[in-house]
Amino acid sequence: MGNFGIGQAVRRVEDKRFLTGAGQYTDDINKPGQLYLHILHSPHAHADISSIDTTAAKAAPGVVGVLTQADLDALGIGDILNLAAPPHKDGRALEVPARPALARGRVRYVGEPVAAVVADTLANAKDAADLIEVDYKELPAVVDIADAAKPGAPLVHGTEAPGNVWTHWQLGDEAATKAAFEKAHKVVKIDLINNRIAPTAMEPRGALAEYDVATERYTLIQGSQGSHKLRDWFAKNILKVPLDKVRVISPDVGGAFGMKNFLFNEPIVAVVASKLYGKPIKWMADRAGSFLNDAHGRDQINHAELALDKDGMFLGLRVSSFGNVGAYLSQFGAAIPTMAGCAMLVGAYRTPAAYVDVRVMMTNTAPVDAYRGAGRPEAAYVMERLVDKASRELGIPAAELRRKNFIRPEDFPYKTALGHKYDSGRYAELMDAAYKRADVAGFETRRAAAKKNGKLRGLGISYYVEACAGGQGEQPHLKFDADGKLTIIIGTQDNGQGHRTVYAQIAADAFGIPIENIVVKQGDTDEVPTGVGTGGSRSIPVGGSAVRATLLKMIEHGKDIASNLLEASAQDIEFDAGAFKIAGTDRKVSLKDVIGASFDDAKRGDVKPGLYAAETYAPAGATFPNGCHICEVDVDAETGELEFVNYTIQDDLGYAMNPLLMEGQIFGGAVQGLGQCLFEHAVYDKETGQLMTGSFMDYTMPRAGNTPRFNYAYTEVPTPNNTLGIKGAGEAGTIGATPAVANAVIDALSAVGVTHIDMPMTGLKIWQAIQSAQSKSAA
Amino acid sequence: MTTTDDMAIGRDPVTRRRFIKSVIASGAATSAAAYYLAGCSDGSAPASGSVERLITLKVNGQDRRVDILPNETLAMTLRYKLGLTGTKLGCDRGECGACTVLINDVGHNSCSTLTHSVRGRAVTTVEGLEGPNGELHVVQQAMIDELGPQCGFCTPGQVMSAVGLLKANPKPTREEARHAMAGNLCRCGAYDHYLNAVMRAAKSA
Repeated sequence: MGNFGIGQAVRRVEDKRFLTGAGQYTDDINKPGQLYLHILHSPHAHADISSIDTTAAKAAPGVVGVLTQADLDALGIGDILNLAAPPHKDGRALEVPARPALARGRVRYVGEPVAAVVADTLANAKDAADLIEVDYKELPAVVDIADAAKPGAPLVHGTEAPGNVWTHWQLGDEAATKAAFEKAHKVVKIDLINNRIAPTAMEPRGALAEYDVATERYTLIQGSQGSHKLRDWFAKNILKVPLDKVRVISPDVGGAFGMKNFLFNEPIVAVVASKLYGKPIKWMADRAGSFLNDAHGRDQINHAELALDKDGMFLGLRVSSFGNVGAYLSQFGAAIPTMAGCAMLVGAYRTPAAYVDVRVMMTNTAPVDAYRGAGRPEAAYVMERLVDKASRELGIPAAELRRKNFIRPEDFPYKTALGHKYDSGRYAELMDAAYKRADVAGFETRRAAAKKNGKLRGLGISYYVEACAGGQGEQPHLKFDADGKLTIIIGTQDNGQGHRTVYAQIAADAFGIPIENIVVKQGDTDEVPTGVGTGGSRSIPVGGSAVRATLLKMIEHGKDIASNLLEASAQDIEFDAGAFKIAGTDRKVSLKDVIGASFDDAKRGDVKPGLYAAETYAPAGATFPNGCHICEVDVDAETGELEFVNYTIQDDLGYAMNPLLMEGQIFGGAVQGLGQCLFEHAVYDKETGQLMTGSFMDYTMPRAGNTPRFNYAYTEVPTPNNTLGIKGAGEAGTIGATPAVANAVIDALSAVGVTHIDMPMTGLKIWQAIQSAQSKSAA
Repeated sequence: MTTTDDMAIGRDPVTRRRFIKSVIASGAATSAAAYYLAGCSDGSAPASGSVERLITLKVNGQDRRVDILPNETLAMTLRYKLGLTGTKLGCDRGECGACTVLINDVGHNSCSTLTHSVRGRAVTTVEGLEGPNGELHVVQQAMIDELGPQCGFCTPGQVMSAVGLLKANPKPTREEARHAMAGNLCRCGAYDHYLNAVMRAAKSA
């Protein structure tokens, strides 16, 4: 409807604040008399702590208090919880390693919080932290998967993770898959490393905690992906107080990418200290601290095998993986390499049999948890590289091999061998559209021209499909004020997606009111009764559908009031274009008048006062966004330097609620996906366990100068699984990009005989691959 | 300009903090001046180099008097003493560009600029770009039109880099803009849209 409705590229209502410096992020908020918390991190990857002497620190200028885990234990503060338990295939009971907020007798990764100083200034807190004497007895450490899996490797935990394996999980039909491989004409195998990523939200994590003695309530201001989850964890698991004693407020959130979902150590200390010292406590991570103690992402190794018949039809898929979850289990850490992503390993293809087994490994590194895509990027990377390799080994063009095996439009809903029920899709049609837009037909001519300039040109394709927007519902509350302003209260949490704009669009469309008259409230557990939060690309598909369901309920309430005003039966009343009408007549009453009457006891009739509604909406099932990425690159054969020539995306994200915002989500996701492929790697030194990439100078981020201009289009194939037909856009770009860019690099390097390279495919690594291939061919 | 004058501020940090608060003209939320004060003193005998001096800064066209430490960065002064929290700290070591401000119309990382070094120079922050009647700067408007911001945290830095670029080079090519904006990290990955905005602003300026 009009310029502000569903499907329009409405400009964001958020942006004026951000563009004028009026955004309010955690560190922009200060309380009178606040104290500053500084955390002392472990300098060792693995060590026993025999003693911590805080005497000197406590006596230092400005210091209000120094805390260790002994203090937290004495106060009865709970440990950080784990929420994922992928069952062990042997039926072994899982034992969750304790994860205290501050180290309890042993540290298990560099950067693990050990002690905390609270002082009047940050400088004083930092100075005092230097005076804490911790007596460490160093132990052997292990930081990567391959080393952790070796017999005799140092053990990160005791009985909780024998051989550093916390659980060994499986999915699929092992026997059927074995049978499929036995009758295969060809088996294609690949070994891949999915590099460890630091999530690096531009706004570091932070917390501002306050305790009110009179009401015995804690208030925590913390950028997050859902304040209700945090409130519940703090109340039930950490503080062990009733829910109403904890209020969590998420103000503006400067990027999250999965990582701000979680309960971390430092905010716990801030909350405890706020009561202990009777003052508001501010804690902000610095960038080095973010690299050290934010939950990292990815970090898997995968061995995958694809069985094909003589025509190139897929018969079976077998994948054996190791996922590094770090030294402790972050809330969903163990789910990421297992339940969260593995069911998507069969990708966009009819693969009759599949079997996956995953060892969840513990190492002396920071905890690993969800990072944009959370398991699905890893799955798509395995399958799309495997399909590409199969195409080369069988001599079947990549598009043809994919097309043969694609799930066809008539197959939906399609139940895969790994248990998902895919909703809808037109994979071959989208791939064809992408090929045309990327001018794949003209590629060989372009490749030959590039060769004359000393460039190795490559073309890489991925056809990704991912699973999102399923699971729990959302329960928004909508209400009109007497002056006609609509407030949407909802428990999702914007952290860059533009929720305030999109939810307002949905309501503007339904009520026929200007978007300026709509306010969206999120983030404060005192204002928002309930919420599941933002993650898994769910907020617009699920939250948007929930807003729609709630406003429909509100319109029903409005009809009751209108029926009183019009003296007609509510069943005869229709709502359209901002007015309630008696069907088939020109008698009507405006929305404004109905709102006015809703507050007027004399006018509204025998219905509840006000015009408001709350409704729960849960999706019928997950959605399966999908699409084709085609990446064209030039590699300088002399230097290994890579340049993007063209990058084409053709997506099916279901119905496009706001095409401009959707495009922003996809581009941003793709930048993160190509960042993983080309630049990013969180590296721990194998000898010392030190994090080698603790700054933006050491950890290479995608920048304006090294990212492509995207050529974007989409096809709307609505999902039947939510009322708005939206599939979700938050993670799709990341999932599609990584394998497309990797396949492009390998295609470019195939001209000099390179057949494999692992991520990150840095200039150095590409150059080394070229050198090594050339020296081999010269020999 | 006013020369630095060492005000007779009480040596007790609390007193001093109260004093600082009282002189802050900003109407923003409670100041976090304490953030950086009382550096390494014990409150009665400040170590050498930790004494604040009252200086005058020219920020967004206004003279702002503020007490600063010799080692205080411009980002700290702007954010925690002048209440100009539009300038963001993403790394505090000159690697991400979130703290970009203009100094005499040239973009600088304010986290890596000492405050005393900008005396007598014009500092422009993201709060200082709007016109006299609150109209948005052409770059700000272009960023709305092209959906530049996502989470908005790097946005002030992106805006200031773009304004600085267009002052130096009013009609950049997209490639020039790409390189000029490459110092501003955006984890939301909104580079394509930010560049569209820079090109739109260049066209409409």
